Amino acid sequence: MPYEPIIVLAPLAAAFIAGLFQKQIGDRAAMAITTGSVAIAFMLSLYVFAELTWFGGAPRLIELFPFIDVGGFTSTWSVRIDTLSAVMLVVVTSVSFLVHLYSVGYMAEDPHRARFFAYLSFFTFSMLALVTANDFLQMFFGWEGVGVASYLLIGFWFDKRSANDAAIKAFVTNRVGDFGFALGIMAAFFCYGSIRFDDVFHAAAQSPGMMIGLDGFQVRAVEAISVLLFIGAMGKSAQFFLHVWLPDAMEGPTPVSALIHAATMVTAGVFMVCRCSELFELAPYAAGMVTIIGAVTAFFAATVGMAQNDIKRVVAYSTCSQLGYMFFAAGVGAYGVAMFHLFTHAFFKALLFLGAGSVIHGLHHEQDMRNMGGVRKPMPTTYAMMVIGTLALIGFGVPGVFGFAGFYSKDAAIEAAYAAGEAGRIGGELAFWAGVIAALLTSFYSWRLIFMTFEGEYRGTAHDAHAHDDHAHAAAPAGHHADHHDAEGAAPAHESPWVMLAPLLVLATGAVFAGFAFAPYFIGESADTFWRGALHIAHGEHHHPPAWVVWAPLAVTVLGFVLAVFIYLLNQGLGARIAAATKPLHAFLAHKWYFDELYDAVFVKGARALGDLFWKGGDQRVIDGLGPDGVSAAARFSSRQLRRAQTGYVYHYGFLMLVAAIGFGGYAIWVGMQGGAP
Amino acid sequence: MIDAPWLSILIFLPAAGAALLVASRSGLSGANPGFDRGVKIMSLVVTIATFIISLIVLAGFDPSSAGYQFIERTPWAFGVDYHLGVDGLSLALIVLTTALMPLCILASWTIEKQVASYMTLFLLLETLMIGVFAALDLVVFYIFFEGGLIPMFILIGVWGGARRVYAAFKFFLYTLLGSVLMLVAIVAMILIAGTTSIPDLAAYSFDPAVQLWLWLAFFASFAVKMPMWPVHTWLPDAHVEAPTAASVILAAILLKMGGYGFLRFSLPMFPDASVYFTPLVFALSVVAIVYASLVAFRQTDIKKLIAYSSVAHMGFVTMGIFAGNAQGVQGAIFQMISHGVISAALFLCVGVVYDRMHTREIAFYGGLVNRMPVYAAVFMLFTLGNVGLPGLSGFPGEILTMVGAFSVNAWVAAGACLGMILSAVYGLTLYRKVAFGVIENPKLAAITDLNGREWVIFTPLIIAALVLGLAPGVALDFTRASSDAIVAGYQAVRGAAP
Repeated sequence: MPYEPIIVLAPLAAAFIAGLFQKQIGDRAAMAITTGSVAIAFMLSLYVFAELTWFGGAPRLIELFPFIDVGGFTSTWSVRIDTLSAVMLVVVTSVSFLVHLYSVGYMAEDPHRARFFAYLSFFTFSMLALVTANDFLQMFFGWEGVGVASYLLIGFWFDKRSANDAAIKAFVTNRVGDFGFALGIMAAFFCYGSIRFDDVFHAAAQSPGMMIGLDGFQVRAVEAISVLLFIGAMGKSAQFFLHVWLPDAMEGPTPVSALIHAATMVTAGVFMVCRCSELFELAPYAAGMVTIIGAVTAFFAATVGMAQNDIKRVVAYSTCSQLGYMFFAAGVGAYGVAMFHLFTHAFFKALLFLGAGSVIHGLHHEQDMRNMGGVRKPMPTTYAMMVIGTLALIGFGVPGVFGFAGFYSKDAAIEAAYAAGEAGRIGGELAFWAGVIAALLTSFYSWRLIFMTFEGEYRGTAHDAHAHDDHAHAAAPAGHHADHHDAEGAAPAHESPWVMLAPLLVLATGAVFAGFAFAPYFIGESADTFWRGALHIAHGEHHHPPAWVVWAPLAVTVLGFVLAVFIYLLNQGLGARIAAATKPLHAFLAHKWYFDELYDAVFVKGARALGDLFWKGGDQRVIDGLGPDGVSAAARFSSRQLRRAQTGYVYHYGFLMLVAAIGFGGYAIWVGMQGGAP
Repeated sequence: MIDAPWLSILIFLPAAGAALLVASRSGLSGANPGFDRGVKIMSLVVTIATFIISLIVLAGFDPSSAGYQFIERTPWAFGVDYHLGVDGLSLALIVLTTALMPLCILASWTIEKQVASYMTLFLLLETLMIGVFAALDLVVFYIFFEGGLIPMFILIGVWGGARRVYAAFKFFLYTLLGSVLMLVAIVAMILIAGTTSIPDLAAYSFDPAVQLWLWLAFFASFAVKMPMWPVHTWLPDAHVEAPTAASVILAAILLKMGGYGFLRFSLPMFPDASVYFTPLVFALSVVAIVYASLVAFRQTDIKKLIAYSSVAHMGFVTMGIFAGNAQGVQGAIFQMISHGVISAALFLCVGVVYDRMHTREIAFYGGLVNRMPVYAAVFMLFTLGNVGLPGLSGFPGEILTMVGAFSVNAWVAAGACLGMILSAVYGLTLYRKVAFGVIENPKLAAITDLNGREWVIFTPLIIAALVLGLAPGVALDFTRASSDAIVAGYQAVRGAAP
């Protein structure tokens, strides 16, 4: 019996037990079982990764039992182990384990803890099923499974209307993407007769010129399939046009934001594009679309991030923006770089979210940065962790010396885009400039977050903090924060318990060293032996980008830092004055480029109007009006003429009609059997 | 296994139970609660016995063979044979019927009005439904097919809600329209082919020009039953007024007779006409999916919403059938079975709160999860099933029918795929309005969670939704041979067509 399926199935079993038997076993057991199962999955994942990377383990496939098998449309429940899935296994299980642990502290006072942990473990299972899929349909299963887990967790506080709406918005927006994904699967099957990854990639490489006809206009099959699949990725990874759900998803508890909406689920789209790298390499236009959408997202989300005041939303837009980097890296063919940024990002973004959660927890569920300030003194550990996370996010580091995790992966993405631009790949140059500008903005809004939250004077009104509870259940015990008022200007906050800080320390270690330690494997000299064909690696002459390209990210990062220091540290209130002076621009950014307003007007109101039109106009007026109601009006008229025969029950007539019909039919058959015409 | 006329036993056991009910009622005058209870228990026993017999048939059935099995054939009257038999397709639907019936009886436990008559009609209905799927003679089929109308009509008309007469009337008018046309076609077929045997008719080659007319006549009947757009407006009204168990049977079984008819008659007997009319069916299917989903989104009555969602889901069935390939047909059959489970469960979910509150208004509810966490979890599961979540039974049918349609016409598959988005919109919105939030209506303050009887009803449906979702092979393997036979016959003709 191979051990690999345990990685996937242990969290499922735990979710099942915690979800169904929470009454019988109690909260503590539910937390222990779920956290323990993910711990087991984490250990085994580390083993798989180490074995593949250092101990000469071979990529392999464990098939369990058939899922669907109809006329060649075949999917088998599988655990596919190769470098790509092993990297994802480590990312998912490590962050999931830490988030489980952290949640023990964060959700300590929630009466529905068992349900929360059951959802978290179910999410972990779905995500693992996604990354270990060997065919498109199991991937789609995991894909939708994480979508449901995300829906359930965003709406975890079910008595909050905004949370419920955000949950539905997330699921439906993802379904828009899945519309593309599902059609991509269908197209792949139609063209290549299989939905197994290897079969599809092989067949696509065999006949790269195959055309797919959509009534007259012909496109290359591999382009069409890649574009459709990427639409799925856009939904899941909150890329431009389909990004609108991600900021709202922050309605969920903060550990959820860290696990699902930062480190793992939202990166599934990047993973999918990398998994299908052999397809995208054959499809330059589809890859160009990936690059352009990624670049635009990186820039767009960074601009919006500058104008947000909710600490979680700033981090959410930063996630959106970083996902853009991953996509344009994949789009320009640097799949290893995309996966590397996914890998490092998981650590520092989970760190930032959990750090933000620690602040929120410490401030009794205050999320508005305008009501923060002065949090550094009461929460020194959280502060240090957040600074480390920020340094990793902005990619601080000196080329050739050492840098935080993001430095290796993000600079590699920017350099790859530059090289692609030089080589004439679609969107390469755009991605380079978007990457550099977004790096400036990232540095600016990240330091803005740190300064507004931790520095300066506390701006909140301590005991009103409960009014801003992000949920009704988690009211902290009164008096919990009474003893912090001695420090002048410091916030009345308390440092979080160790069960919450320990995961931060682990993630911080990753945020500092993950880039330095793993760059040689993911993108460096060992990349070929590391990936072993799990994704496409471009071979060709390796151009060293010019020095200004190498140094540009560091320069803009420092510039962003200086601007943030000037505006938010040295000149308190300058930020608000700038916002007031550039009112239209600021409103445009604060309203997220008015996407929500636009979509609401077009899609939400449009669907309502169409539904009403079809219902009241189509069904009631036209169909019923001309059909049964019209007939019944006519019948009423004639029934007045036949009043004497009326018994008052419609079914009497009906029954008579049926008897007559059967009688007539029987007669006709009889005549027919006699061989003559009636 | 013992050689016995198993199918006849299966068909007439419920009828015998019904006869017994009628007989015992005439022996007992005056209503008394103990009698009603006895009637319910007896009906339950009869339906369970029928279910067990269907399992015996299932055990003796060889799914690897495409031919009919358990054949019974005796001359009857007017040259019509009493001719029965099952293949994988019909047996799957029979087992679905017999499995759901005991649950329906349990769901009817709260009925107090004329219990004996109610149960009699239900048992008769079961006989007629099994008869439809087991009949291998056109005339026998027609008698069962149309006969099923009568008990359902009375169930809605007598035990229904406030507008029951209007609903029953509408239901009857639509179905009768289809039936009359089908009857004419049946007569014509008999005159032309000189046989009423369904297998013989399937082997007979009707002139393509004649096929068009016959196809249209059958289509009228099956399209109403499905129901397809635009002859679907009877369904929401019928569902709204029908008692819970009648809604379950209506959605889970009666609608499937349309799909069964297409697969048993239209495709094998009129293949040329089916090819010819495929664009029409595709268009109507996609319209049904998008239109009904949008209408469902705007409903204020829970049952109406689920009824419209049924129309949308049946659009996948018709699309898959007329895709005419392995994925399409297998997917359509699977979708019928799955819809039988999920729509039944959803109507039962409505029944749970209707029994307690006597209203189906969405606006009346809200925050049920606070008082009914178990119910909320069950309702969530089936809502997600209805939304087509992979891992639950709603998914394989949808994806397979779309895969099937894609290879015929990608635009049709794309249109149907919109249903994936829209089902999430109306399904999750309904759930939010009913289950999430805080309880604001004081009348809900004392509402109780699922009781033991309701647990018994839902448990098998939950298991079925999960098993069919995770290992759909249990059903797909069972229907493969008969589906392949239908597809092979149809594609031979379609391949030859220009």
